[in-house]
Amino acid sequence: MKEFLIILMSAILVDNFVLSKFMGICPFLGVSKKLDSALGMSTAVIFVMVLATAATWPISAFLLAPNDLSYLNTVAFILIIAALVQLVEIIMKKYLPALHKSLGVYLPLITTNCAVLGVTLLNIEEQYNFAQSIVHAFGAGLGFMLAMVLFSGVRSRLEGSNIPESFKGMPITLIAASIVSISFMGFSGIVENLFR
Amino acid sequence: MFEAYILPILVISITGLVAAVVLVVASKVMAVKVDEKFETVRACLPGVNCGACGFAGCDEYAHKVAEGAAKTNMCVPGGDKTSREISEALGVEFEDVVEQAAFVRCSGDCNSTDYIMDYQGKQTCEACNTFYQGRKACSHACLGFGDCVVACKYDAIHIVDGVAVVDREKCTGCGMCAKQCPNHLIMVADATKAFYVGCSSTDKGAFTRKICQNGCIGCKKCERTCQHGAITVNDNLASINTALCVNCGECKEACPTGAIRNAFEKPECKAK
Repeated sequence: MKEFLIILMSAILVDNFVLSKFMGICPFLGVSKKLDSALGMSTAVIFVMVLATAATWPISAFLLAPNDLSYLNTVAFILIIAALVQLVEIIMKKYLPALHKSLGVYLPLITTNCAVLGVTLLNIEEQYNFAQSIVHAFGAGLGFMLAMVLFSGVRSRLEGSNIPESFKGMPITLIAASIVSISFMGFSGIVENLFR
Repeated sequence: MFEAYILPILVISITGLVAAVVLVVASKVMAVKVDEKFETVRACLPGVNCGACGFAGCDEYAHKVAEGAAKTNMCVPGGDKTSREISEALGVEFEDVVEQAAFVRCSGDCNSTDYIMDYQGKQTCEACNTFYQGRKACSHACLGFGDCVVACKYDAIHIVDGVAVVDREKCTGCGMCAKQCPNHLIMVADATKAFYVGCSSTDKGAFTRKICQNGCIGCKKCERTCQHGAITVNDNLASINTALCVNCGECKEACPTGAIRNAFEKPECKAK
């Protein structure tokens, strides 16, 4: 139990995918303008991350690793994640139209998101077992959501403030993102001591 | 040879093939049927998602029309043309669209009223309105930052002398601007009616007179003049009932401040 908590907390805070590992920057900058779209995107990311881990871990453990083909992980995972997201979209459209309506816009965006690929590859690299991988994926998704929600708040403050002309738009957004990212450095080393 | 080259190629190709087959089967088996009627109706609509029909966008309106739950004459921006197209496509009887247009109920341009502050904040009406009810002396006045101009998809509303002015040739009456105005100054009404009250101040007449030359002071002259009972004065502000108005224009002649305006004429500029 403790081990799961450590994985979960470190994925959310210490190794936050967006703010510490710099993965998934594209949706982080693109969809964080409004709180509700940030939440929608992050929900979809959590969903896809867990699902992709559940699909790729067995492939890696039972198909690629026994045949000494671990170097194919990246290529195979891209293929599987892309197909999986499409499949999920088709299934959702048919059976869960309400969920499809709320997540629908974000699903195709996630297909090629590096944070999703990153979490599946890290699971293998860290040699997590299946349960640990799922927890790690869920934590990574929650961390993504935390970063998105925090940053959408920062951005809504930026909207109303008087920014020098040359910094308007993307420059000030990137500066703000780096400052938020620095603040997450404060979490390093916290998790090991939290559950001791 | 097999282990090093052919196996990896096989693994990836077979995974890809399996994924492709699964996707094709899934898309065939679980295809969601799209109503053909919906497609034809949707093709007729302008697609600006203005919401003037009362539905959440062109898609939803098209769904309702296809189901028969909505009439074909609800699309205000499309007007008669769209209504006729939809009616022909569905084979139902054509009905006239009541043409609508936007009216700005404020005439307090920079010649007739004063600014009480030099507002330097975010240049939108919504933001400005949060500071002491806006930058003009009258708290009901048009703020003049053009939130409505941004909202308009037809380039039909502009800020002239600090007040929003509707270009009646371009206005389709979709009401997108009305939703943006923080003071709710823009009303959407019957486009054939020329006369409207260009003021929404409910302040006392003497106060309105002091801060704005074009404001309605609630003197009730128009109410007495109108032979058709179309005008009533409530809370120091006249309002015209478009259902009773016959476009005679007597109220405009009677109005001492010029608050009642003709929408088809360009606003005349009074010297200060």
